[in-house]
Amino acid sequence: MTDALARVEHAAVSLLVSLGVALIGVPLVLTLYLSVFDEKLILFPPHAYTLDWYSQIPATFGASIWTSLQLGITATAGSLLLGVPAGIGLSRHRFRGKTLISTLLLAPITVPGIALGLAVYIVLVFIDINAETSLTGSLAGLVAAHVMITTPWVARLCLASLATHDRAAEEAAASLGAHPLTVILRVTLPAMRPGIIAGGLFAFVISFENLELALFLSSPGVTTLPVAVLQYLEYHIDPMVAAVAVAQTIGIAVLLLLLDRFVRLGRVVR
Amino acid sequence: MNASSLSLRNIVRRFGAQAAVDDVSLEVTPGELVVLLGPSGCGKTTTLRLIAGFLAPDAGDIRLDDRSITALPPHKRDMGIVFQSYALFPHLSVARNIAFGLEMRKTAAAATTARVQEMLRLVRLEDFAQRLPRQLSGGQQQRVALARALAIHPRVLLLDEPLSNLDAALRQDMAREIRLLQQARGITTIMVTHDQTEAMALADRLVLMHDGKVQQIGPPEALHLRPENPFVARFIGGSNIVRGRIDGGTQLMPDDGPPITLASAYRATGTASLAVRPDSIRLGEPGDIGARAEGSVELCSWLGATVEHVIRLSAALTLLSRGPGLGPGAAPRLPAGTRVTLHWSPADEFLFDAGDRPIPAATRQESLTRETNHA
Repeated sequence: MTDALARVEHAAVSLLVSLGVALIGVPLVLTLYLSVFDEKLILFPPHAYTLDWYSQIPATFGASIWTSLQLGITATAGSLLLGVPAGIGLSRHRFRGKTLISTLLLAPITVPGIALGLAVYIVLVFIDINAETSLTGSLAGLVAAHVMITTPWVARLCLASLATHDRAAEEAAASLGAHPLTVILRVTLPAMRPGIIAGGLFAFVISFENLELALFLSSPGVTTLPVAVLQYLEYHIDPMVAAVAVAQTIGIAVLLLLLDRFVRLGRVVR
Repeated sequence: MNASSLSLRNIVRRFGAQAAVDDVSLEVTPGELVVLLGPSGCGKTTTLRLIAGFLAPDAGDIRLDDRSITALPPHKRDMGIVFQSYALFPHLSVARNIAFGLEMRKTAAAATTARVQEMLRLVRLEDFAQRLPRQLSGGQQQRVALARALAIHPRVLLLDEPLSNLDAALRQDMAREIRLLQQARGITTIMVTHDQTEAMALADRLVLMHDGKVQQIGPPEALHLRPENPFVARFIGGSNIVRGRIDGGTQLMPDDGPPITLASAYRATGTASLAVRPDSIRLGEPGDIGARAEGSVELCSWLGATVEHVIRLSAALTLLSRGPGLGPGAAPRLPAGTRVTLHWSPADEFLFDAGDRPIPAATRQESLTRETNHA
C-alpha cells in the first residue's frame, strides 16, 4: 500500500521535473537547431545545415557586442563600487533613513524596465538641454542607467552574505589592533567574497541582456547587442538571430561555470 | 611582563531609557581574575563591551594602569578578547589567525613566527597550524581564539562566556586550562558568565550583577557565606527566600504562612526577608527540639548525589531542603505527606530588612562584644 503510494509519488515528481526541464530546454534546443539551418528564411524542414551564421556574427554584431561588453564591465564595476559599501553599511550600522535607503535600493527591481528607461531618457534629455552636455545616447548615459538597475542586486547579495557572518570576528580584529579600515579589508570583505562575486556576475548578466533601458538610450554607434538583435529582426527573419542567441547563451554559461569553480554559486544564491 | 590594573569608575550606559549598566565601579588588581556573574540582561556583557571599547559609556571613567582609556577606540586598548562564538577569521588558517594581532603591530616576520609557534604549543595545537577554523572542533576553535588573544601580550584578557558553547565534559577541562594559563602568565583577566559553578571555579573575585547594578563584589566564599542582599543569597546557592515581618525577637511572621522560629534573635522591627540555603535545611520528626518550622513533604526527588524535598508550610509557602543522596550520611527519602520539622543553624540563616540590607543577629553580636571585652 505505502509502496504503491511511494511509487506514484516518485512518478509524479519525475514527471514534474521532466516537464520543468522540457520547459526550459526545448526552446534552447530549438534555437540551437534553428541556428544551423542553411536557409535564408526559416523553412522547415531545412534542405541543408551550415555553421555559416556563426561565422557571420562578428561582421553583423561585432560592434554591438563590443558595446555591450564595455557597458557590462563598466556597469558591473560601478555597481560593485556602490553596492559593496552599501551592503556593509546596511548590515553593520544603524543610521537615520536606513529603511528608506533599503527600500530605494530595491525600487529599481520593482519598477517595470520600460518605465525606467523612459524616465532615465527624459532626465538625460533635461540635463543635456540645461547643462549643454550630450549624455543622451552616449555610453556614459547607458552606464549610469545600468548601474542603477544592477546595484540593487550587488547590495542585496552582499547584505545576504553578511547576514550569516559573525560580527564578533570584526570586533576581535579591532581588539587585536586593526584599524576600522583594516577590519573591512582584512575581515569583512573576505567574508563577503561569495556575495561580491555572485553580485558582480548578476550585475554583468543583467546589464548584458538588458533591452528596455537600452532601447531608449542607444544611438547610432552606441548600440547594445539586444538592441542590435531587435533592429536586425525588423528587416530579416533568418537563423542569424538564433545563432547570436546560442553564442550569447554559451558565453554566459561558460562564465557561470568558471565562477562556480571559485565560489559555489548554489551556496550564495538560495 | 608587568600585569596591568583596571579600574571602572561610576560607569553608566543606557540603551534608550533603560540603564543597562548603572553606576558600576570596580577595581581590578594586576594579575587578578575577576568574573562578572549574573542572569541574562544583568549588564555583565555590556560592562565587558565597555571595557573592550565596543561601546562608549554615557558617564564614568575606565582607567588602565591609572590612565584613562575611556576615549580610546578598541584597536588602541591592547586587550585580548575571546568570544562565546570564537569569532575566528574563517578564511585564515589557525597560524594566520594567531598571527593577526602581531601583523597589526608590524612585528617582524621572524618574531611573529616564533610567537605563533609558542602560542600553538601553549594551547597544544602544533599539528593544526595550517588548518582552517571550520576543520576544527569547538574546543579546538576556542583554544585558537585564546591563543590569538594571548599572542599580542594583552594588558587585559577579556573572556565573554568562553565556555558556553562547549559540551559539559570539555567545559571543565577548558575552565581549568584557562585558569592555569592565566595564573602562570599573571594576566589581568575579566570573564563574563551566567554559570555560577564556572564562576566559582575560576574567580579570584566575583562581581554579581543584577539590573545593571553590582550586587556584591568579593571572593566566592564571601558571597556564599555573607550574602549582602536576598538576590545574592538566591543566586549563589539558590536560597529559599521568605518574606514577612519581625518584631524584635526570634520570630518571623511570613506574609503567607505559619510563624518561623529563627536561629538567632534580632533587634529589628518591621518587614524582613529570610534566606536559607536548601543544603542548610535538615529535616526532623515532629516534636524534635529546635525546630524552626513544621510542614509536610510535597515532593521528593532523588538526583543521585543529592536528594531534594519540597516542604509545604502553608497553602502559599514552600521551602526546599537538600541533603546527600548517597553514602552513609544519606538523607532518608520521605514519601509525600510525611510531617517533618525543619532545622538550620544560626550561621546558615540570613535576614534582610525592607531595603534588602542585612540585619545582624543580636545574640551573635553580643557574644562577639563580650569576647572583645575579654581580650
